[in-house]
Amino acid sequence: MITKTVPSATDTVRLYRTLRYIRRVEEEIARIYPSDKIKSPVHLSIGQEAIAVGACDPLMSEDFVSASYRGHAAYLAKGGDLKKMMAELYGKKDGCAGGKAGSMHLIDMPNNVLGMSAVVGTTIPVAAGFALSLKRKAEGNVIVAFMGDGATEEGCFGETLNFSSLHKLPILFVCENNDYAIHTPSSKRWATDRLCERVATYGMPAVRIEDGDVLAIREAATRHIDNMRNGGGPAFLECATYRWREHVGPGEDYESGYRDRNELAAWIEKDQVPRLGGMLSTDEREAIDAEIESTITEAIAFAENSHFPDTNQLMAHVYAE
Amino acid sequence: MQNKSTHSDRSLAYVDALREGMEQEMADDPQVFVFGLDVDDHKAIQGSTKGLLERFGPERVFGTPLSEDAMTGVAIGAAMAGMRPIHVHIRMDFMMLAMNQLVNIGAKAHYMYGGQVKVPLVVRSMIGKSWGQGAQHSQGLHSLFMHIPGLKVVAPSNAYDAKGTMIAAIRDNNPVIFVEHRLLYYTEAPVPEESYVVELGKGRVCREGDDITIVGISNMLMEALRAQEILQDAKVSAEVVDPITLHPMDIDTICESIEKTGRLLIVDNAWTRCGASAEIAAQVAERFGGQRAIPIKRMGFADTPCPTTPALEDVFYANPVTIAKAAHTMVHPEDDGWTPNPEKATLSYQSQFKGPF
Repeated sequence: MITKTVPSATDTVRLYRTLRYIRRVEEEIARIYPSDKIKSPVHLSIGQEAIAVGACDPLMSEDFVSASYRGHAAYLAKGGDLKKMMAELYGKKDGCAGGKAGSMHLIDMPNNVLGMSAVVGTTIPVAAGFALSLKRKAEGNVIVAFMGDGATEEGCFGETLNFSSLHKLPILFVCENNDYAIHTPSSKRWATDRLCERVATYGMPAVRIEDGDVLAIREAATRHIDNMRNGGGPAFLECATYRWREHVGPGEDYESGYRDRNELAAWIEKDQVPRLGGMLSTDEREAIDAEIESTITEAIAFAENSHFPDTNQLMAHVYAE
Repeated sequence: MQNKSTHSDRSLAYVDALREGMEQEMADDPQVFVFGLDVDDHKAIQGSTKGLLERFGPERVFGTPLSEDAMTGVAIGAAMAGMRPIHVHIRMDFMMLAMNQLVNIGAKAHYMYGGQVKVPLVVRSMIGKSWGQGAQHSQGLHSLFMHIPGLKVVAPSNAYDAKGTMIAAIRDNNPVIFVEHRLLYYTEAPVPEESYVVELGKGRVCREGDDITIVGISNMLMEALRAQEILQDAKVSAEVVDPITLHPMDIDTICESIEKTGRLLIVDNAWTRCGASAEIAAQVAERFGGQRAIPIKRMGFADTPCPTTPALEDVFYANPVTIAKAAHTMVHPEDDGWTPNPEKATLSYQSQFKGPF
């Protein structure tokens, strides 16, 4: 069900810009990837952008996000630095972690993007630790913790829900449910698909949003985040979505037999990028698109021109001073 | 440090030294908090967190669900956010449930994220012994953590070091695995009332000697001191070294001692294979290799899980007699039948060292 909510003109521009920006960044990553200039495995969010865009839209700069190894969308939606991200993918010294993170461990603390992790589920309790510190500071800030559907099977997921609810932490859990853990569908992993029911028993609101509707996601996130800013506890959003590309890498994998291309076709129908773009005039849309292309071109040039780190950086940052 | 220790005329138990170190840091820094199952109950982790709840309140001293994995992640997240958590496990064995967060996030965060975050975290845990605690309450698992770059590991053997390393660990901007031993909790040593730091990464010669260097880890340092007394009767002069911190290891202090004695016996409160004793032996061998042949022997747990019955537990651990005999054989290989006077050995075994350390 696509929401009938009509966004304001400025909201539409902002949401479209971010959706399109993330889509185009990742399409460029996929384009560059065969050149081997990107020195990192990439887990693309193409097709899933609406969740990061919708859930991050209500955030202020002082709020935080945490995300998984499929984290480009969250990083960019929260305002993470694109130049530093591209340089990091290239393994260059001007990358966000000087070439020690790659795509799977992106971080941008100046923009309150927490470090990502390749070990499924591990960022969930870490995000709750941040939420604990936000609660102690009592300045009304929140954290949005993104995860995939596979992460909800990890023990630390349930442990963190319980602790967060017990302590009424200001954390919005957002599950990007694309139905596949690498190549295994949830039907082979879950005894029931009643994820929201499971979560609700921990004592927090839990809502499933179908169709990847960016406006519905934004509306739900806004409602729960506003509540948290006023002392309310955690909430959970399960957002159905679909990963258009392969689990890891730039290409498609519909010929490998584990899923059918017809699944993709249904989701292309629901794609939020053209949907929001269609709400703008051609002139407006073209101006935004041009600006995005120039931002991306600049970031790629920045990554290309940056140098690899000196070998003396190997031993740097093992221990903090 | 030794002077400072000597100059204090207040004797304090290890458990109270731990508590005092935490309490003084909590008073100094509002970001320090203590959490873990039962830190706020009436037993207060054998007394080591006693009074902290009353003084600092439930936001800074609180119990947790039995969720070691997530609670470790919460501690790491809070530390990255600028807080200074002390996460308490009443037994070291439970830390196996915390490995994912400690190894995959805590240890790596500063490096993997290019220095953008720090993880000033202390993870306290206790090794058990005796009273039939058995296979899952007696493990010394410190070497697992020594293997991982990014973690520090400290195992104080006495009350003075317990307080000084606790304060150092809390102030450290890295995850510090703080290894306590249950049998040390009521041992006493001179402990200054004021706050002080025992620097992480520095070992100490506890008893000077000429014939053999005995390195004792955690509770085995106490057993090594008892063995040293027994050896005096046989005119064997043992130098006893406490590494205090297991990573980073003060190999220089150990090697300086070996320069003098020419022999090394390492006694660990853990298994020897791939353990702290293996690491020390390897580093010493590399240091002296090609220059001087150093006889090295390691002692530790029997290569089995820990049994509960005293009849088997007694032969599971090294003790002052077995340590003394091993040292004696290394110094006098021609006389390896030496056995200490049983009466003296019994007295030594019972003696409580009160420092100074």
